[in-house]
Amino acid sequence: MYRKYLFAASTALLATVSAAHAQESIKLGMVAELSGPGAPAGTNWRDGIKIAAEEINAEGGILGKQVEVGEYDTQTDPQVSRAMVQKAIDDGAYAILGTIYSGSTMVNMLVAQQNSIPQFVGSEAPSIVEKGNPFVFRTSSGAQKGVPALTNYFTDTLKAKKVGVAWLNNEFGKGGHDVFVEEMKKVGIEVVIDVASEQAQTDYAADVAKLKEANPEAVFVYMNQEESARFLIEAKKQGLAMPLVGEVTLTEAKVVELAGAAADGAIAHVGVTATATEVPGIAAFTTKFEETFKRKPTHDAIKGYVGAWTTKYVTEMVGDLNGEAFSEKMRGLCLTAADYPKILLDTCWDDKGEMSRPSFMVQVKDGAPVVIGTVPAN
Amino acid sequence: MSQFLQVLLSGLATGSIYALVAIGFTLVWQAAQTVNFAQGEFVMLPAFFVLAGMSLFGLPFWTALLFGLAVSVVVLGLMFKKLVAEPILPHGGITLIIATMALGILLKESVKEFYSAEAQPFPSIFPNDPINVFGAVLSMQDILNLVLSLAIVVALTLFLNRTRTGRCMQATAQNPAVAEILGVNVKRMILYAFLINAALAALASFLITPVYLAKFSNGETLGLIAFIAAIVGGFNQIRGALVGGLLIGVLDNLTAAYVTAEYRAALPLVLLIGIILVRPQGIMGTSEGRAV
Repeated sequence: MYRKYLFAASTALLATVSAAHAQESIKLGMVAELSGPGAPAGTNWRDGIKIAAEEINAEGGILGKQVEVGEYDTQTDPQVSRAMVQKAIDDGAYAILGTIYSGSTMVNMLVAQQNSIPQFVGSEAPSIVEKGNPFVFRTSSGAQKGVPALTNYFTDTLKAKKVGVAWLNNEFGKGGHDVFVEEMKKVGIEVVIDVASEQAQTDYAADVAKLKEANPEAVFVYMNQEESARFLIEAKKQGLAMPLVGEVTLTEAKVVELAGAAADGAIAHVGVTATATEVPGIAAFTTKFEETFKRKPTHDAIKGYVGAWTTKYVTEMVGDLNGEAFSEKMRGLCLTAADYPKILLDTCWDDKGEMSRPSFMVQVKDGAPVVIGTVPAN
Repeated sequence: MSQFLQVLLSGLATGSIYALVAIGFTLVWQAAQTVNFAQGEFVMLPAFFVLAGMSLFGLPFWTALLFGLAVSVVVLGLMFKKLVAEPILPHGGITLIIATMALGILLKESVKEFYSAEAQPFPSIFPNDPINVFGAVLSMQDILNLVLSLAIVVALTLFLNRTRTGRCMQATAQNPAVAEILGVNVKRMILYAFLINAALAALASFLITPVYLAKFSNGETLGLIAFIAAIVGGFNQIRGALVGGLLIGVLDNLTAAYVTAEYRAALPLVLLIGIILVRPQGIMGTSEGRAV
């Protein structure tokens, strides 16, 4: 009899403690590419969010509640990513942070939309914000904004008349490729060679040989990290001499680490970069990230960090855990770094969830990306 | 012309590395009458032994390569034979084939667990600067990879044909029972085949990983292509594995450069189907007997 009472009392106590804990914390579903070809991007995204969550909790959490980040691995598989977003929502996630690969985001963002859950994504394919999903928000500009920022570099700095394109045939690569080709047409630059490669491709010998034979004045390289590194290694092997210019990934820390000396000279437009240490917020984040993880953060880490902090800022503006109200507030919202320092740079979102903020031109010199110019928000 | 030369050279260089892996398939087939479906992972793993040697023990690159080679021979040769092949083989070749599949998954997931899912940089044995050959700018690394791979194949062929141990291995492959009656230490010859396979896998790993980058999943593609190369060339001949490897390497690059890059991954499979239909024993293979 005594045992029965003790069991009942324990169960009641446990239920009370669990309920209290549930009320005291807010769950964020971090759904990212933690394994598979997208792992370099996904692990950085996760680690940026970890730092943000730690800081948010140190500052009292969101609406006074501590933040819990649940990790969900998509294995860089769109169908798995969809299941993981559903699982995160079933587990009580208030907002979804991820995914990064556009092919996955295209599939999983419908799940968050159906559940009225705000979703911050690291994906850059133009199509993501063109689907009329009011719950999806970028953490960096899409290719339709980022790639045009390069146009002036090709016309004014390189003064190119004919260019080549080497791109990855996935949702991300196709988006960037289409925008770039359209931009070149607008300014009268001829695309003399257009080379598509496949995701997880390991051998770039034929691709580079074709580019070399066509002899463009510069090549636009638009691939994910590992593919970018393999491309740069092969370009160095075959002595591809023209400037290699990319958007975002080409000069990333992971690409530079993988490609080694072959990355030297590569140029890219990046929405945000850990090397822009003249921006105080970025410098502070970079230092903390390096101290915590003993490696340099990539732009994906910064994107994850910004996504988590924006969740806090906007939720507290709304004053309630309400996905619909959050979505409404995000439309046309501008946050300044002066008032919201963890946003790092003055940032605006339009009514589609697209993001605008100042960006950077970066070149790899002596094994490290260096900022060579800034580009105003477009 | 320059493009054709470079594509051909790159194809031969990659193909020669496929050939090293395919020869490993052939050797294990001869020695144990089984197909090692963990062969791709056997090529993936030695690069991580080298990286571990450099990061854990602070070894310089060249010493780490020797360390990686030695560990590979022990783990992927000796231990594979003693702990996997020997106990399972009496239960039948099919059982061993399934066991090697499981081993492949175990190796892949272990690397992912202990070394992360991210690709790692791997230093190149040879300089990757281009050189000028008769007006064509070609990759020095490709040329040296090709030369080294072919040298290894030639050395192995000479060892098997010109030395007493090599001939004993051939005798064991052709008829173990008769070889034993003639005084050949069959068990030792089989062990040699496993050790050579492990060494070839390690050398292939050191040559291809600077291009592929060190990653847990590298074995998936490599294992499949090398297996197809071995079948296309002729599973019971070393020279068949060489021809198969080179053929796939060259055709893959030529297809990507001049036909379609989109379907290049399908080419080895198309080749496999074609060979099985036209010449089931492979280009250089024989339909009877086995010989290394």
